[in-house]
Amino acid sequence: MKAFLTVWVILVLALHQDCWLWTDKTLVFGFLPIGLAYHVGYSCLAAVTMAMLVRWAWPSHLEEAAQQRPSRDGTGRSSG
Amino acid sequence: MIPALIVFAYLTIVVYIGIFAFRRGKESGEDYFLASRALGPYVFLLSLFGTNMTAFAILGSSGLAYSRGIGVYGLMASSSGIVIPLTIFFIGTRLWALGKRLGHMTQVQFLRDRWECDGIGTFLFAITAAMLVPYIIIGVMGGGATLEAISAYQDSDGNIRHWVSYEVGGAVVALVVMSYVFFGGMRGTAWVNTFQTLLFLCFGTIAFILIARSIGGFDQVMNQLAANPRTAPLLSRERIPMEEFFSYMFIPLSAIMFPHISIMCLTAKRIGHFRKTVIFYPLCIAAIWVPSVYLGVVAASQFPGLRPGESDDVIIRLLMEHTPTLIAGILGAGIMACVMASDSQILALCTMFTEDIFAHYGGKERFGDRAQVWTGRAFVVIVTVIAYLIDPTLYTVEYGPIRVVTEGIAMGLTLWDRCGKWRRPNAWTGRPAVGVCTRVDAPRVLALFHERIVGERSPTQ
Repeated sequence: MKAFLTVWVILVLALHQDCWLWTDKTLVFGFLPIGLAYHVGYSCLAAVTMAMLVRWAWPSHLEEAAQQRPSRDGTGRSSG
Repeated sequence: MIPALIVFAYLTIVVYIGIFAFRRGKESGEDYFLASRALGPYVFLLSLFGTNMTAFAILGSSGLAYSRGIGVYGLMASSSGIVIPLTIFFIGTRLWALGKRLGHMTQVQFLRDRWECDGIGTFLFAITAAMLVPYIIIGVMGGGATLEAISAYQDSDGNIRHWVSYEVGGAVVALVVMSYVFFGGMRGTAWVNTFQTLLFLCFGTIAFILIARSIGGFDQVMNQLAANPRTAPLLSRERIPMEEFFSYMFIPLSAIMFPHISIMCLTAKRIGHFRKTVIFYPLCIAAIWVPSVYLGVVAASQFPGLRPGESDDVIIRLLMEHTPTLIAGILGAGIMACVMASDSQILALCTMFTEDIFAHYGGKERFGDRAQVWTGRAFVVIVTVIAYLIDPTLYTVEYGPIRVVTEGIAMGLTLWDRCGKWRRPNAWTGRPAVGVCTRVDAPRVLALFHERIVGERSPTQ
């Protein structure tokens, strides 16, 4: 699953560069330029991608790691 | 008068939110600076998004879309909509876990522990403070200018007068921001940011619908733009080079390093609260940026021929021309919300001072947790008062127009035309002059500090 998600995220990042629509002035629904409509769809795809990462690659171990040791009196001071 | 009253009502609500947060708070450093690391998922999402929102998102984006077209959304917004959630997912969650485990409240503490070096933290604090203070001063100045502008009226002789002067407006904004940060700390700031984000979203939707109605539908305007060879490129990305479009993917990587953003990442109650934030962040970006960019392109048909620099206020022009006075008041409140985005920066600076300087060098151990909170509050007052009460005679101020670069690799850079010696009219021509501090009378400033702190005149004076 990790490999699939890695490829998926790279693919989504690559899809941002929609060079095939660069000069296209078609109006979707008669009022929305296709280049803008594509990137509105892209924002939805970004939300779906983040939902997939949350579903299948959530770093739940961090919750346990955060609880393992109590904070140092809330000071956060360096020991070094 | 009505717009000014709406803005004052807005400011009153904001102060009340700060006082309400104060009543819910406890007298501990972690509560004041990080809201006890207990912000709920929706407040966390909206306040993180609100913290990242600036006036540029509404005004600058529409001004840029006016000249470069719909590609501005892909250039700046949809790239941020994927990269920022990814950085929060991969870096923000780990910052949160480390912060919770080791008690970090700031980036500086993390870096001190990571590199086991005190100096790097102190150095980073000094740099960050120097970077944040001008933003806070500009916030106060912007507040004064906004209140002065929206309270303008014409007297019986036809002269333009103001109900609220620039000085009083700046003082009111400084006092309001100081009050809710002073009382509410992180909880108050997060709640105010949530309120401001909701105001942005409601304001954008209402304005968009009213303008669409007033101009007779967007389809007509888009067909007009497409039919004109000068404006048709605005409906595509012809005015944005591919290399530039690609390079903008890297800019949002910097968001997580801003102190107020990384400190905000430490406030979540549970790591699970990041889930909704990373999923809904791209949709929040779309909700704010799509109408702003679209209206910028629409403005090209309504106000043709504006020069670069003049197009930054096209969204205000559209609102003034196509919406009633009441909406102008909401617009004023919306702009005020942008201006007051300096609250997170004030709090970040104050958190860094108390944690990285006061507590780190033994102040907390010596004086206790309560004293640390009050040191933070005192610092909020000092920073805000300094921002407002800088004695102008201690500084040399020169005047000239100022512009902010809204595109290209230097985006965000402020340019100042000090000389004004242009042979031909250009984008600087006719812009209002702004006072800029260019020199500081250091001996007098030090003598003033000596006098105020020691209580007597400096021997060097």
